[in-house]
Amino acid sequence: MEELVYEQLNESVFREKMDNGLQVFLLSKPELAKTYGIFTTNYGSIDQTFTPIGKNEKVTVPEGIAHFLEHKLFEKEDRDVFQDFTKLGASANAFTSFTKTAYLFSATSQIEKNVETLLDFVQDPYFSKESVDKEKGIIAQEIKMYDDQPDWRAFFGTIQSLYEKHPVKVDIAGTVDSIQEITKDDLYTCYETFYHPSNMVLFVAGNFNPEEMMEQIRTNQDNKDFKEIPEIERSYPDEPKSVAKAEGSITMPVTTAKAMVGVKEDVSSLNGEELLRAELISGMILDFYFSRSGEFYDELYQADLIDDSFQFETELDRQFGFTILGGDSRKPDELAARLKEMLHSIKEKKISEEDFTRMKRKKIGQFMRALNSLEFIANQFTHYHTLGVDLFDVLPVIESLSAEDADQYVEHWIKDDRISVFQVKPQEQ
Amino acid sequence: MKISKETVVEKKGYRLHILPSKKYKTISIVAKLKAPMKREGITERALLPSVLQKATQQLPNVRTLQSALENLYGTGFSSDGSKKGENHVLSFRMEVVNEVYLKNQEPILENALQIFSDVLFDPKVENGAFDESIVAREKQTLEQKIKSIKDDKMSYANMRLIDHMCKDEPYALHVHGYLEDFEQITAQTLYEYYQAMINRDLLDVYISGDVDQTEIEKLADQYFTRDSSENADDHKHSELTGSIEAKEIVEEDDVNQGKLHIGYRTNIKFGDPDYYALQVFNGIYGGFPSSKLFMNVREKHSLAYYAASRFESHKGLLLVFSGVDPKDYDQAKSIILEQMKAMESGDFTDDQVEDSKEQVINQLQETMDNANGLIEVLYHQTLSGKDIPAEELIENIRNVKKEDIIKVAEKIQLDTIYFLTSQEGGE
Repeated sequence: MEELVYEQLNESVFREKMDNGLQVFLLSKPELAKTYGIFTTNYGSIDQTFTPIGKNEKVTVPEGIAHFLEHKLFEKEDRDVFQDFTKLGASANAFTSFTKTAYLFSATSQIEKNVETLLDFVQDPYFSKESVDKEKGIIAQEIKMYDDQPDWRAFFGTIQSLYEKHPVKVDIAGTVDSIQEITKDDLYTCYETFYHPSNMVLFVAGNFNPEEMMEQIRTNQDNKDFKEIPEIERSYPDEPKSVAKAEGSITMPVTTAKAMVGVKEDVSSLNGEELLRAELISGMILDFYFSRSGEFYDELYQADLIDDSFQFETELDRQFGFTILGGDSRKPDELAARLKEMLHSIKEKKISEEDFTRMKRKKIGQFMRALNSLEFIANQFTHYHTLGVDLFDVLPVIESLSAEDADQYVEHWIKDDRISVFQVKPQEQ
Repeated sequence: MKISKETVVEKKGYRLHILPSKKYKTISIVAKLKAPMKREGITERALLPSVLQKATQQLPNVRTLQSALENLYGTGFSSDGSKKGENHVLSFRMEVVNEVYLKNQEPILENALQIFSDVLFDPKVENGAFDESIVAREKQTLEQKIKSIKDDKMSYANMRLIDHMCKDEPYALHVHGYLEDFEQITAQTLYEYYQAMINRDLLDVYISGDVDQTEIEKLADQYFTRDSSENADDHKHSELTGSIEAKEIVEEDDVNQGKLHIGYRTNIKFGDPDYYALQVFNGIYGGFPSSKLFMNVREKHSLAYYAASRFESHKGLLLVFSGVDPKDYDQAKSIILEQMKAMESGDFTDDQVEDSKEQVINQLQETMDNANGLIEVLYHQTLSGKDIPAEELIENIRNVKKEDIIKVAEKIQLDTIYFLTSQEGGE
């Protein structure tokens, strides 16, 4: 077990790689009542085509299967795992994203048993035809719930305009039709390939003794038998750098239209540290122009092109990246056109040292505030770890940035063929 | 068990709550202004948080104000209005990074408190009115917000349920106000409302974090002292008398998924002796994924992705919500109603009672680990006028018996079944 100490932040993390390849991180916070544990596999909705363990040929599995598998891991032959956590006074949950599937609990008592339960249920699958069929009705309702959410539709519509072939454009839960094809055998195929300990990370943060906890996890893992596996072969289509469609829209029963502008980011050449820097710099530039202190936000708000729902985000991950800006608008065409112009004009502008220092301070403060949350620390640490970055290095990296870095970044950032506009239009009355 | 200690000090014009804690890297400051829920002035009240947050005399527009907060290491500052029972509460929340973590000698906390205080007590005013253009713009934003409620079907269905259920009670009033009031609200009338409010509303200020009590009191005195106001509360809540006749309301909208929301009257409020049994009741009935609603509507019958219940502590309501296919309305409804019958007839085990208690306690402790969560728990107490230490809350939950839960179930009355369905109605 190794201890990583971050003096300025008054935090330390214990790290150990188990013999079976599982990466474990522990962060002790004795001031808190709560402990949060999250067990993550580096496998998400974009991992649709791969060579199954022990096979030679690639397969493509139905859309939405990673998420379906997440649901089904909670069900065992004789019980529902939610009940096990209930008995331990804990609350459990799980989520699936583009690149990860994660299982988690939080509790204020019986922490050791809860960690044991988390490890054991994820590492002991039970899928049957009956339970797979039963789940289809539940997930269909989950998909329909999202279908009624205009923000979700706007987000996904934008990604679908940006990406032509890459599975990032497929809704994480799949479609009502695609999930009908999923079989118990498909689930086992995906499970055996992606849930090997060497493809997984366990992070536990909260109120416990780290030495004892690590010892317990080691014993738990040593008692299980995992065959060594070769590196997982995943396959993704060749995605052009330019966008799939410059414009797209859907019609929905909304009272106010939505206009989104998406930027397709090129992450193909970035390693972990570069990805982090790119994420921080683009976040600071967007903040400078488009947060409430920014000149672009002010102009858009005064012109009644945006309201409080206006948002922007950058997501960079293995395989894909995008920046999306937008929100409700009474004049969506005008908003989209203005946002595009603004993005293009960033290249011609400069951020002064003084303004850049302000954005750095803001970023530092946001990061410190986020560190109040065990969930943030554990989720984000795991995410960065899979990209080869240490979460707590965010602070020194922010401190190292300069206005010059921002100038360099914007030079290559916005290109016309990498921008899409997507609108959610109200139905005609 | 780790429970934060609260020190309450009666100050000139406000009540100061100090919550020293080493759990956080930040200091949280929350001000709550409380008044009874009333139709008159409700739209003004809904507008005020966003108008106040736009400009002060010192920082006269959004950009200067936001830039000042950014320079204070991205100090977070937000405000909103909410309904707590039949009170309309405006909350202003600030979160500042604790100076000990910064390589900086500036008094970050004090500078942030100055802005907080200016937003509340020294807004941008000219000739007895707020800034015209700010008010005009915020009216547009609020209008947009009111119209957009319909786009979030879960909130919309919840609002419609309460509209029908509490029709003649102040609780049904909309905290975001009413479009019909917009015409008569000007920069001047809004300022008049503000002056009355800032003098008359009950003000509670919470400060939590790794702080020194004496120093914090000194800072608070400097920035939150008010001249007027008795800071007293004499509001009586409306009580529903007589028996309830359950009603069923179906409305149509353009939705893929139907929203089934059911409202019950618990006749139990925060601080009542059976409030603890109500919490345990809710844990068995619908509060968790192990509860009857989730297990039956979702796991057994695959009718929904979510089916859950929550209770309102000051009005005495229990609300059930689920998203189901329009064609499954009758089945889902009867399953939900059956679960309530099962609760009344004691169809649950002692183990379930113990599990529910553990989960309720776990939830409470997790909430209190979070600065804003703890402040909300404590504000509940302030609202009810019942000051119960956290240890006692937990002890009282532990002492709940199965028969107490059955008594709670018997007290709960069905009031309104509301279904928002597709235009075809699934027929």
